[in-house]
Formats: sequence, structure tokens, C-alpha cells
Amino acid sequence: MNEFNSGIPIYIQVINKLKKEMALSKIKPGDKLPSSRDLAIEYSINPNTASRVYREMELLGLCYTKRGLGTFVTEDEIMVNSIKENMAKEYTKGYVSSMGSLGYKKIEMIKLIESEEN
Amino acid sequence: MELVKTIDLEKSFGTVKAVNQVSVSLESGKIYGLLGPNGSGKTTLMRLVAGLFCPTKGDIDVLSKKITVESRKSIAYMPTESFFYDYMRIKDVEKFFIDFFDDFDKEKFDELLKKMSLEKSMKITSLSSGMNAKLRVALTMARKAKVYLLDEPLNGIDLVARDAIMSAIIGGASEENAVVISSHLIDVMENVLDDVIFIKQGKVVINENAEEARAKYKKSIVDLYKEVYA
Repeated sequence: MNEFNSGIPIYIQVINKLKKEMALSKIKPGDKLPSSRDLAIEYSINPNTASRVYREMELLGLCYTKRGLGTFVTEDEIMVNSIKENMAKEYTKGYVSSMGSLGYKKIEMIKLIESEEN
Repeated sequence: MELVKTIDLEKSFGTVKAVNQVSVSLESGKIYGLLGPNGSGKTTLMRLVAGLFCPTKGDIDVLSKKITVESRKSIAYMPTESFFYDYMRIKDVEKFFIDFFDDFDKEKFDELLKKMSLEKSMKITSLSSGMNAKLRVALTMARKAKVYLLDEPLNGIDLVARDAIMSAIIGGASEENAVVISSHLIDVMENVLDDVIFIKQGKVVINENAEEARAKYKKSIVDLYKEVYA
């Protein structure tokens, strides 16, 4: 089962999950993506939502369609690398702003991060 | 394309109007959620569209024609209760369906049975209620119908079987057909539906695109449901 947050459109949440897989190289540049029907089944979402996922990802330049063959991950490595960087920036922004709302200064955050065991 | 249209549809049982002035349209390429608590009129509406009840008032068009016995060829209806004879094994039920429905696809049925972890040699009486439900969904989705009407396919189903059933339904939906699922398990259905039809005391109270409803009312379908029926 995939849990979705009800506040964000589902297609965006699926795009984010796929982006994460791309950032982690679980799906690689040039890889074939599942058909929108299979994507719908995999995530238990509406088939029209699944088509929308690919449409939007294509607009973002994350994937492309070969007529009759399916949808493929972009071969643009720079693009794929930038996904990871952008996600890292977003997570960091989120962390810094949450910590900021607790009154922490950056230097204190860094200390906390260093003392955090992995 | 519009596959089914109901116009001011009414069905009364004695003094009770189980379905009251319902005008809905079912289009191809969409999955509909017919949502409402027990006794709101979901089953009656489905049975009317399936051609199993005669309307008290109003009309039903199937593929732009007035509903007749012929319309049943393009409509696959799954009732919420088990409808098999006790002596049967799954392979006997399959034979029944092959005889009854020209559009029954044997290969598709084999594939669905596999996904549902059911064997043709299994006796109907040995099936748990979840297995019985999986069998009913497999039989219905193995038909190449224009309209699928699934009455409470998730009733009393555990989580694992629920996934198998939802996969079968999503896998069967296409640009050419319309799927209607009735349920009161809104949370499971929420992400699967194109359109939601809320029915309350026989009347349609909300009928719109799920994503638009979420944006318009600024809440999930689950929360909307709680508000409408609280």
C-alpha cells in the first residue's frame, strides 16, 4: 500500500517518488518506465492520474515518450544529477526553517547535525 | 463518450423512494465512485442500470438507446452477495459465465485467477468470504463489457486481498469502458476515482471530478464524505 498525503495532488506525490528513485539511481537515465497502466496498478491510483504523471514529467524534461515503445527516463545526466541537488536543497530548507521556528541558530544546527549519529 | 445516462430516475418500494430523481451520466475512460452509507440507494441504482429493476419513473439510456434486455450484453454487474450454487467448483462457475456471456474472455479469467491466488479446482463452499469476493471480481472483470458495475467489491476484505482486487479493477479500466465502484471505504477508493457520486437517501448530492472536489471544498474525499453524511 502506498500512503498519500491528502493535501497534495496525487500526481505530484507520485512524481516526487519517481524523482527520488531517479536521484538514488534506482531508475537510471534511458531506463524504460512502466506503462501508465502498470504505474496505476503499482501505486493503486487512477489510470488517468498515472498518464498525467508522465505528461507532467515530460514537461519537466524528466522523461520522454517514444511512440509505440513507451516512456523513458531522460538521458540527460546533468538533469538527473540536478534532481538530487534540488531535493537536497528542499530538505535542507525544510529542516532549517523548522529549526529556525524553534529558535535555533545555524551554528547550533550544525553542532546538532554533527552530534547526530547515523 | 457517454455510455449510460439516467434521466430523473426513480424507484419506489411501497412508500419508500430508494432512488429519487437521479440524473447521472457515465462516460468512457472514467472510474466512478458511487459513495454513500448503507441504505442510501447505491445497490438499487446499480440494479436499475444493470437492467434488473424496472424504474418507477424516469429513463435509462445505455449506449444512446433505451435500456432493454439486450443492454445487459454491454454491462457487467457484480452483486455484493455471493451468487454461486454450493455444488460448484470454480471451473463450473467459469462454464456458466462462458455460456451466459459472449464477451467472457477465458484467458483474461485465467490471468485474473492467478493474480487472486485461486485454483479452478476449488469448491465454492471451501472459499472464505474474501476468496469469494475475489472470484466475483475476477469473473466480472474477465468480461469485455462497456460498463462495469461493482457493488461493494471491498466489503469484508482483508488488506492483501484488497490490493489484488483494486489491481484487477484498475487493470481492467480503459479508455473504452466505464467502471462504477460502490463503497463506503472511501479512504481506499480516494486515489483511484476520476469522479465521485455521493448518494444520500436516494438522491445524488455531489457529482463531480474527485480532484476538482478536493480543490473546491479544500478537503479530501474522506473528509467531504464525513461532512455530507455526519
